[in-house]
Amino acid sequence: MQGLLWTAAVLAVLPLVAIVTHIVGSGFAALSTSLFFKSPAPAGVSGGGMANGIAGTLLLVAMASVIGLPLGIGAGLFLAERAGTRLARITRFVADVLSGLPSIVLGIVAWELIVRPSGQFSAIAGGVALGALMLPLVARATEEMVRLVPNALRESALALGYSQWRTSLTVVLRTALPGVLTAVLVALARVAGETAPLLFTALGNAYWSLNPTEPIAALPLQIFSYAQSPYDDQRAQAWAGAFLLLVLIAGLSLIARLVVRARQRLLRAGPSRTDAP
Amino acid sequence: MRVDLTGAGATFPYPLYARWFNEYAQETNVRVNYQSIGSGGGIRQVLANTVDFGATDVPMSDADLERSRTPIIHVPMVLGAVGITYNLPEITRPLRLSGEVIAAVFLGTITRWNDPRLVALNPDATLPDRELLVVHRADGSGTSYIFSDYLTAVSAAWSAGPGRGREVLFPVGIGGKGNEGVAGQVKQMPGSLGYLEVVYARQNRLPVAHIQNRAGRFVSPMPYEVASAATSVVDAQSSAKDLRISLVNAPGPQSYPIASFTWLLIAPDAIGPRKTAQLVAFVRWALADQNNAASTLGYVALPGSLADIVLDRLEQATTTPPRP
Amino acid sequence: MPETPADRAYRGYTTLSAIAIPALVCVLAVLIARAALPALAADSGVSVIGRTWDVGRGQFGLLPALVGTLTTSFFALCIAAPLGLGAAVVAAELAPRPLRAPLAFLLDLLAAIPSVVYGLWALAVVVPLLRTRVMPALADAFPNAALVAGPQYGPSMLAAVLVLAIMILPYISAVAREVLLAVPRTQRDAALALGATRWEMIRDAVLPYARTGLIGGVMLGLGRALGETMAVTMVIGNRHTLPTSLFEPGYTLSSLLANEFGEASAEGHVSALMAAACLLLGVTLLVNGLAQWLVWRTQHGRIGDHRGAD
Repeated sequence: MQGLLWTAAVLAVLPLVAIVTHIVGSGFAALSTSLFFKSPAPAGVSGGGMANGIAGTLLLVAMASVIGLPLGIGAGLFLAERAGTRLARITRFVADVLSGLPSIVLGIVAWELIVRPSGQFSAIAGGVALGALMLPLVARATEEMVRLVPNALRESALALGYSQWRTSLTVVLRTALPGVLTAVLVALARVAGETAPLLFTALGNAYWSLNPTEPIAALPLQIFSYAQSPYDDQRAQAWAGAFLLLVLIAGLSLIARLVVRARQRLLRAGPSRTDAP
Repeated sequence: MRVDLTGAGATFPYPLYARWFNEYAQETNVRVNYQSIGSGGGIRQVLANTVDFGATDVPMSDADLERSRTPIIHVPMVLGAVGITYNLPEITRPLRLSGEVIAAVFLGTITRWNDPRLVALNPDATLPDRELLVVHRADGSGTSYIFSDYLTAVSAAWSAGPGRGREVLFPVGIGGKGNEGVAGQVKQMPGSLGYLEVVYARQNRLPVAHIQNRAGRFVSPMPYEVASAATSVVDAQSSAKDLRISLVNAPGPQSYPIASFTWLLIAPDAIGPRKTAQLVAFVRWALADQNNAASTLGYVALPGSLADIVLDRLEQATTTPPRP
Repeated sequence: MPETPADRAYRGYTTLSAIAIPALVCVLAVLIARAALPALAADSGVSVIGRTWDVGRGQFGLLPALVGTLTTSFFALCIAAPLGLGAAVVAAELAPRPLRAPLAFLLDLLAAIPSVVYGLWALAVVVPLLRTRVMPALADAFPNAALVAGPQYGPSMLAAVLVLAIMILPYISAVAREVLLAVPRTQRDAALALGATRWEMIRDAVLPYARTGLIGGVMLGLGRALGETMAVTMVIGNRHTLPTSLFEPGYTLSSLLANEFGEASAEGHVSALMAAACLLLGVTLLVNGLAQWLVWRTQHGRIGDHRGAD
């Protein structure tokens, strides 16, 4: 039985090894400077790059953050500080269910809400869809992190005459900041690779554009269309794009891990963590 | 940036339109913004008057034209052809197909490459005993419309079955997204066969079948054969009230049978005389195609005689005094 | 302490943020339901049990896509659940301590790879492998099995099942690992005190205790599989018929949306796709809600009894 379990573990990790070696192998080979500095060449013409997709993904993630972060962190603070209220219970449950929602549905909603009325696919619509995707992730993670902050800290701040909002933002949130940052990075990594919500919103664009009211290119969209492309150049670029995406995501998770480690060291050095007195 | 005209629609001619608009802006300082959102979208936007012109590979239906508050003109801009491509390492000479056989393949009644009907058309080739894997479009498209329009014209079984449309219910095969998707699947799947815009087959060096035309000859979708189809059909239908003309199964010994126009949609009364005049001037410039943009990019330009007919029709339609 | 205007502003901000999440879901549900409403009309051509999806003729049978969604997810779960749970037991209990964290990290990384990248890999590696090796071998080994009969395209239900299994595996093992780690010390110590070996302790004390949570983890994986879009769209072959074999190309609700929503122009077509979105939403929310509840019950309910109030 134990042998079977070990076999299962090895089989579970095997695809990862296969995928990562393949992407690193094929993707690294297709990296070039033009990939970062040029927009796609017309199909069938060799050369060109994914500069517009890289810029588009960064812009889309930035727009998603503008929506997802303030609301998500705010909601997380509410969930942690007023854990017992009815609103908190509802929001917590809805956020959990929402994080299991097929992301393509958010794309459809953003289409109904923005693309249809405005008559145009746009970066804004894509940013909103990704922002909505981020919202529950950031909210729940912020809640968890804020809850880890010892109650004693909050109470001492209040006792020292700090007002409610100052205590929450400058003492509690600040203490929890590394954890929240980690959660934010993980959420960013998640939305950066999302494709389905962008299909009917950002749409993709063969040209360089940073205009939020126009269709915009994105790395995942380019990978999606190039993966199925008959052009060898484009298929090679799909691997390069996948490599970039993986580097971006692995980089974000790595930073997140380092932040966690730094924080743990800090906590170990700091005052002992006891829960409510 | 100042934009003089906005348009939206078909994706197939997009690379050509993009180049035309770019060069036209440099020559005349008239700027055109074109969004390739698909033929259906082009029709929808013109009906909603949210754009100055639309573009489509599928002619508007009579019902759609009646729904419009003002008359809409179809202006053929360039020619396209649908090719049958395949991946069969065993054969070197181009495959030969007839309308009936293509229909049988896409209806699923021919399932192997050494089917007697295929062998009869290709007596010199050694067709392998291999599964014939069908690839079609998974998304709605003008290419599917042209292809199914052709099959409807040549095969009773097809016409009684799946019929013609932008979205077709194929009884067999797998779906690829876009012309690229179909080309990609065929390229990677030995034993497969699919239909796609010829431009894509050519750019990917995929083989294209020769197809038996109405005159019984096997022709390839080269520019001359596609242009012949257009000329012969327009000659035969010179009295048609508009240029929403289907070019499939065209008469004439040289005509390639699966060809089509792609159109601009213009509603002169909706956009007013100034913009109409700007558009007419653009069409005149584009049809002259002095820079050979169409053929460089792999499209088939309208032959000169046909371009004259199109411009005459356009002049007539746009200079008739508005109804009181 | 009296509440200052700044306090009120802060409270307003967090409250509004908290309301935003349920509000988002309401907007989402209302928008999709409203857009799908025309599909309820008798003459809409939309039917959940219809087998024909023919846009040109206005027939929108959702059954093939629904069955495709359910069967691919089911088979994927059959593969991923034992592997994922096995890996979780190893990562949480069996592996030597220094190995546990790296193993968990690898599984987390697997969960972080974007769907479209899985699709790219599956299209380039899994599909050709299926076409040239696996499918012929399976067809030879089981010549009479309907499940592995038919043309061997490569893109197929089977390809979707495999890529889904690989994708949901890390989710299952991540949740399962957390559930296992949450099994209280007392439970383990009791078993060890009775003279159980480590493996007997896991088998007789840890696993039964964690059962509900483990089932929840598996269901969470199922929820993922049901809603997964991009990778499936890339390998399933996009075909609107009720599949009878794993070799056949098929469709899922989400890949149907991915392929057709962008181009749908006829009103009937759009409302049929919205109905598909409703169906997808309903199925995934149901499975996810149930899964969340099961996991929550193990982590909070029963464990709470041992730890005392939180």
